[in-house]
Amino acid sequence: MYDKLFPPKKVLLPNGKIVQEKRSRVPLIVLILAAATVVSVEFTNFSLKVLAQRIHEFFGMVGDMIPPKWSYFPAMWDALAATIQMSLLGSMIGALLAVPFAVLASSNVIRNKFVVAVFKIILSLLRTLPSLVTALIATFVFGLGPTAGVIAILLFTLSYVGKLLYEQIENVDMGAFEAMESAGMTRIQAFRYAILPQVLPSYLSSSLFCFEGNVRYAAILGYVGAGGIGLLISENLGWRDYPRIGMIILSLVVTVYVIETVSEHFRKKLI
Amino acid sequence: MTTVEKQLLASPRNYRYIFILTIVILLLFGWSLTAASFKDVNQSGLDIAGNIVKGLVNPDLELLFNVSKQSVLYLLVQTAAIAFLGTIVGAILSVPLAFLAASNIVPKPIAWLTRLLLIFIRTIPALVYGLMFIRVAGPGPFAGVLTIGITSIGMLSKLYVDAIEELDKGVLESMTSIGCTTFEKIRYGIFPQLLSIFLSVTIYRFDMNMREASILGLVGAGGIGAPLIFAMNAYKWDQVGSILIGLVVLILLIEWLSNKLRAKLVKG
Repeated sequence: MYDKLFPPKKVLLPNGKIVQEKRSRVPLIVLILAAATVVSVEFTNFSLKVLAQRIHEFFGMVGDMIPPKWSYFPAMWDALAATIQMSLLGSMIGALLAVPFAVLASSNVIRNKFVVAVFKIILSLLRTLPSLVTALIATFVFGLGPTAGVIAILLFTLSYVGKLLYEQIENVDMGAFEAMESAGMTRIQAFRYAILPQVLPSYLSSSLFCFEGNVRYAAILGYVGAGGIGLLISENLGWRDYPRIGMIILSLVVTVYVIETVSEHFRKKLI
Repeated sequence: MTTVEKQLLASPRNYRYIFILTIVILLLFGWSLTAASFKDVNQSGLDIAGNIVKGLVNPDLELLFNVSKQSVLYLLVQTAAIAFLGTIVGAILSVPLAFLAASNIVPKPIAWLTRLLLIFIRTIPALVYGLMFIRVAGPGPFAGVLTIGITSIGMLSKLYVDAIEELDKGVLESMTSIGCTTFEKIRYGIFPQLLSIFLSVTIYRFDMNMREASILGLVGAGGIGAPLIFAMNAYKWDQVGSILIGLVVLILLIEWLSNKLRAKLVKG
């Protein structure tokens, strides 16, 4: 299409041959991006003037958070622990549930195309919903509290680990599987001995990676009433008690950092 | 005993390590079990679950397709606009930060300090930024753009740094040896190496930002989140259904687009 509107440039080489150089797409892409930016600015009332005038408020708030209010730590410990518990439980159950889902969604293990398609659609639909929306729905179904948060994290982990796992399973070397089947093993035995060892390290590694991210997500779920530290964050922001917010953020950063370091250690070992 | 069996038995077995790890994991599992309880699940919860499904099957079509400022369509475009502009703001802010955090460009201490700053920026939850920016820019989509911008910085600069640290220095050396100026070195030596990776990462982040932008409305920072929570609190499940359907379709669409574009970038 583009090539027809802007015909390729013809270049005459010294040896008499004519080669065609395609016109650059860059102007078109820049034009589209510029148009999208203008439309977006229109839709969002973005204004650099307001930003320049009021951004000091933001740094003022950040400044108020330093130094954090250390004495607040004992009071927030329970909520922090609940956040970690939520993400731990949700990640574990989610990662375990991901195994049957992923197996049922991989086209080289399951021969029934309909089943494969259904499970793939379930996984991608689950992945689409932002976890805060799932948490919101879960608070209506399971009541306010950490249970709703666990459900939201569980569903997200299931979709994320499930997708990575079925992609892994679909890409394994099927030779061993076929050999074992032809040697008289059942499909389940062949799966256990031919496919599982191939995908296990990356499955564990992606579960750990997902857990790392979940700790961060769990911190905001409290905002919709799904337990954890998010409730304290929104309360204290409402009261403009910035030193306390600073303390919460500091302890979150330390927690996330520790968990990331531990998980990275094990993930490096796996690969 | 055959050789194969001997080899099999000779392989290192760290039973103790695995045993201790299993115990630790089981203990952690037991500890975290105390967080969840299912005694609050009662008949009304199940009713609501049923109603949500009913709402998804019979969405409010009027809300989904009309073109006023309250319609799902308008709000979805607004959400996409927030994500788009936020990604651009984030990408612009990330580039200098990424160069400051790359240990092959700047001295080690500066790189380390920038990385520490990035860890802080990355860990603060998006909703905290949202609530803070509402105080700066007032409730509305503008606060959403700023929030998305700053939450994108964490991941974008981390991946940019990886690309910068893998720069092929040989190209630059050969350009110096044939007498290129600094500007030419940047334009023809560094720029082509980084551009496609930066673009690919940015497009991926835009895809993620769609999800982020759709929840910012919960704190009043524009987009589709606010009507969603209002509809839920008012138990209007048909509206919830139409909003969720619109959201899922849009996110899937953008994910598909982003995958296409990135595949094209990788192939060159």
